[in-house]
Amino acid sequence: MSITGIIIAVCVVGGVGLFIGIFLSVAGNRLKVETDPKVDEIIEALPGNNCGGCGYAGCSALAEAIASGNAPVSGCPVGGEPVANNIAKILGVEADASEKMVAHVRCKGTCDMTFNNYNYDGIKDCRMASFVPAQGPKSCDFGCMGFGTCVDVCEFDAINIIDGIAVIDKEKCKACGKCIAACPKQLIELIPYKARYVVECMNKDKGPLVMKVCKTGCIGCSLCAKECPKEAITVEDSLAHIDQEKCAGCGLCAKKCPKNAITAI
Amino acid sequence: MMGKLLAIAIGSAFINNVVLSQFLGICPFLGVSKKVKTAAGMGSAVVFVITLASAVTSLIYKFLLVPFNITYLQTIVFILVIAALVQFVEMFLKKKMKGLYNALGVYLPLITTNCAVLGVALKNVQNSYNILESVVNGLAVSVGFLVAIVIMAGIREKIEYNNVPRAFKGMPIVLVTAGLMAIAFFGFSGLK
Repeated sequence: MSITGIIIAVCVVGGVGLFIGIFLSVAGNRLKVETDPKVDEIIEALPGNNCGGCGYAGCSALAEAIASGNAPVSGCPVGGEPVANNIAKILGVEADASEKMVAHVRCKGTCDMTFNNYNYDGIKDCRMASFVPAQGPKSCDFGCMGFGTCVDVCEFDAINIIDGIAVIDKEKCKACGKCIAACPKQLIELIPYKARYVVECMNKDKGPLVMKVCKTGCIGCSLCAKECPKEAITVEDSLAHIDQEKCAGCGLCAKKCPKNAITAI
Repeated sequence: MMGKLLAIAIGSAFINNVVLSQFLGICPFLGVSKKVKTAAGMGSAVVFVITLASAVTSLIYKFLLVPFNITYLQTIVFILVIAALVQFVEMFLKKKMKGLYNALGVYLPLITTNCAVLGVALKNVQNSYNILESVVNGLAVSVGFLVAIVIMAGIREKIEYNNVPRAFKGMPIVLVTAGLMAIAFFGFSGLK
């Protein structure tokens, strides 16, 4: 190879590189998209798990929504109050206090309290098991089957299967809502972290039917509703509900419940 | 002419499928094939970039490398050009076509240095395709990639529900699946 060949090669490749460099920097300037610097700061403040618990496609999408005013500063359920305060500081507004919520499984039908109608030998996944007759092998059609679909989707290791039902550790729960979406029985709900008493049953059948399938299911007797001094308990579909905003945490309902379906947490 | 283009298209898309018989672009094929939706996004980004890149690289080859007699530098120059092209396309889409950017945006930087893109550019030169043939070849190769990755994602969505033996959980079963798919795609070689 002659020396001119080398020089030509250097010149051409160097020229291409130089041209591309100049072209890209010019294009970068011409095609610059104005981004709000606040968006980057908010992304920094968010947890960055991209769990999607806020309902947006990841943390950066939420940051854009917060910066443009479409989402509240407390839009991140995972970060809770500290993150909301940081974001409020960035935007220079007051944070509206958001109460810390946790997920809770409304079933206490453990292995001793319920039984199986038949032996289920299929895929160990609640979503699959709920397609078989009677919505799964468990005696109670509404109860937690304990195959652990919620455990699989939880990114914070907050759910364990204990004695045949899912139990959520409320210290670890970030209220991202993934388990709520995954549970085919819609057993999981968000309750305030401070909540003291919950009705741990979702069986909407009449009392006698419930008694047949579970020793601790709510039979809709309304004794708790009559006992409650704050009138926080209503009975619908023969199932008691506690309005956590009205509940004072006195615990009279739990003492009165003949089936022990109301639990102190 | 049309006959030759058609032969190139079918040959590149199915018989010599870029992933399943040339083993190029395995990284996104295994990495981004968990869900059909993301797989389709990645596949369309690849279609977009490879088609553009084959056009640009064959232009560069014909009007820059051949006249200066430095075709031996094609690999380096192609890498440079493709990387810059993807960068530019990303900027352009972000500014001018927000919808397309939102659909392809996250996948574009992933393909900057993808071997499939460079592989197609080099194959075009090796087979001495002209510019039109290069573009058709690029389009066909990338459509082959799109087909393969979408099928793969569909299978992986089903595998999620299976009781896979513990030793095969995760990547091993995906590689076994990819191997079986490659064998299935060998059936297309009867088309020749």
